[in-house]
Amino acid sequence: MFERIWQIVIKEFLELRRDKWARFRLIVPPLVQMLVFGYAATFEVYHVATVVLDRDQTQESRELISRFTFSNRFDVVRLAQTDAEVERAIDRGEAVVAVVVHPGFANLLRKGQSAPVQAIVDGTNSNTALIALGYLNIIVDDFSADYATDLVRRGLAGPHPKMVTIGLEMRPWYNPDLNGRWFFVPGVVASLTLVLVVSLTASAIVREREVGTLEQLMVTPIRPIELILGKAIPFFAIGLAEVALVAIFGTLWFQIPFVGNPLILLLGTVLFLFSTLGLGILISTVSKTEQQAFASNFFVLNPMFILSGFSFPISSMPDVLQWLTYIDPMRYYLVVIRGTFIKGIGLDALWPDMLGMAALGCLLLSVSILRFRKSLD
Amino acid sequence: MRLQRLKALAIKETLQIWRDPRSLLIALLMPFMQMALLGYGVSLDIKHLPICVFDREASQSSQALLKRFQASEYFTIVKVADTYRAVTAAIDRGDCRMAIVIPPNFSERLNDPGITSIQAVVDGTDTNTANIAAGYAQAVIGGFAADTQIALISSEGRPLQLVQPVALQSRVWFNEDLSSRNFIIPGVIALVMALVGAQLTSLTIAREWERGTMELLISTPATPTEVMLGKLAPYFAIGLLDAAFCVALAVFWFDVPFRGTLPTLFLVTVLFLVVVLGVGYLISVNIRSQVGAAQVGLLVTLLPTTLLSGFTFPIDQMPAVIQAISYMAFARYYITALKALFLKGSGIIDLAAPLGAMVIYAAVIAYLAARAFRKVLD
Repeated sequence: MFERIWQIVIKEFLELRRDKWARFRLIVPPLVQMLVFGYAATFEVYHVATVVLDRDQTQESRELISRFTFSNRFDVVRLAQTDAEVERAIDRGEAVVAVVVHPGFANLLRKGQSAPVQAIVDGTNSNTALIALGYLNIIVDDFSADYATDLVRRGLAGPHPKMVTIGLEMRPWYNPDLNGRWFFVPGVVASLTLVLVVSLTASAIVREREVGTLEQLMVTPIRPIELILGKAIPFFAIGLAEVALVAIFGTLWFQIPFVGNPLILLLGTVLFLFSTLGLGILISTVSKTEQQAFASNFFVLNPMFILSGFSFPISSMPDVLQWLTYIDPMRYYLVVIRGTFIKGIGLDALWPDMLGMAALGCLLLSVSILRFRKSLD
Repeated sequence: MRLQRLKALAIKETLQIWRDPRSLLIALLMPFMQMALLGYGVSLDIKHLPICVFDREASQSSQALLKRFQASEYFTIVKVADTYRAVTAAIDRGDCRMAIVIPPNFSERLNDPGITSIQAVVDGTDTNTANIAAGYAQAVIGGFAADTQIALISSEGRPLQLVQPVALQSRVWFNEDLSSRNFIIPGVIALVMALVGAQLTSLTIAREWERGTMELLISTPATPTEVMLGKLAPYFAIGLLDAAFCVALAVFWFDVPFRGTLPTLFLVTVLFLVVVLGVGYLISVNIRSQVGAAQVGLLVTLLPTTLLSGFTFPIDQMPAVIQAISYMAFARYYITALKALFLKGSGIIDLAAPLGAMVIYAAVIAYLAARAFRKVLD
């Protein structure tokens, strides 16, 4: 039995060795995608294009505006002279944020009254707008607090009560600088593995059927279970190599830390590969041609990718979609790969996800093998 | 160019699509599937983030502050920890994404001069969520501080003044509720059309090669331009139909405001379709296997449309090299135009820049595609 499985494994590797295009596909697109994702996938908010209209032109207003100029979150791209100019800049998308200081700003401040500062934010990109609003608030609050302290210090505020200021000391764990790449790069490893292993497995089996060599295999003494194992083992090995390649490349190129235990990541990867192999075989049993397999891949992989929590938090999805994420093996693998890369957590925290992947893997593999045997008859 | 030959080719292609139900189904279901998945699944809005609290003082003020966190729709307190170790464990396991730790001398410090600090331990794994959560936490604490100040001043019988010297009045334009759905959905239209257009057309010539019908096609009197137009016409119709589905779903199902004009939307959509279909056709002519063509088609359309076009990730935050590359991603111009049309209600003059780029792109691609088909067998 092992002899026959071994022969199939050798055959698969030989096929791969003689197929230049397949080898190219295994190495170049994943690395290119890792690079593009690593650089392009970012939700960070720095240097937001800002237009400023200072209609007060006093020391105070200039001081406030200089805080925007010196912040690395905002880039003052234009000093407007009129309201219409501000509107135009936002309308045309030249600036995302506008800060308007009305005349009388310094007067109100000096009189000890509350002086308004107006900010207009282009909400088209809701995420950037939300985070930029947070930074706007911080800058204005800081200015406000400093001004009040200054008044008290110079004794201008009279017997003034203490300013109640509560600072929030942020302690971001695992990723102290909140560098978005640390979040995305391990995720890219997971998504590339999913796409590659599923599509390779599915197309390798369908191709034999399409070319007609599956019939030839059928007349050999090999049994279906041996055939499927012989086909699955090479793709399992390729999948592991692929994870190693992409993970090492991404880690070194983007300098992502790896603080966890590699053995735990290995265990998670093995369990994840079971699911992906099962899925690949399953797709191959419902497709007659490579073309159909390709289309089915897309229809299965695209939702899996979106629902996995790769870039959009699962907790923000509606309940029904949240339930669906539980049958998505990538959901669990992302927790494991991010957990080992960045958090350095162990099995005591990761066991539910491992269990989830193991269950899905067993289910997918057994269903797909059963279906595969039937499809041979 | 003869109209009759064109018509004949278009009819042949339509029949071919009609008799391949799987492709047709993909083309017609794609808008619904993508809209449902991305419209519901993609949300960056944070509501009810699970948090953990560790109140080391347990005083009236500390409890009042924590009540504000509980009352905020952005946070849900899922765990009350009584040791630091419990906080660590909850964050490690991912049970909660943030922990608020109030120091033992909180209320005492509140009455002393200087800044009182409380700690927010944030799970930095998901950096975006961490950033947004920090902003909301800051707002909750700021509200608490302001109210404490007011209470303090009025208890001393002073006039309420200088509570906050400068007040920020912020207004959000175009997407007033900052709903991420309004931000994502217009882009989905581009995604669907890129997928359907390039995917289906990338097969059209490769299929002729694989099935051996190429010789038949070559032996007809049709010119290369006629072949291109005839083959692409039915896909053009499907693309427009898909666009109409998408726009209808966006406006009537997902309630995304549409503030522009329909003729402008039609114009940019037609230009985008010309580019997408042309690219798919070029791929198809050059790669003779259907699977190869489909894969290249997916790589050339999907990756730039999702990553380099400002669909979800803002282009201005990318490194300069990637920003330069993004000018080549034709979806970038369409998505810019779509977002402006839906949310800003921009007119055709505001959109001059993306429109100009799309016209140039469409002209170049159409020219290349018209010449691409060669009537030679080798």
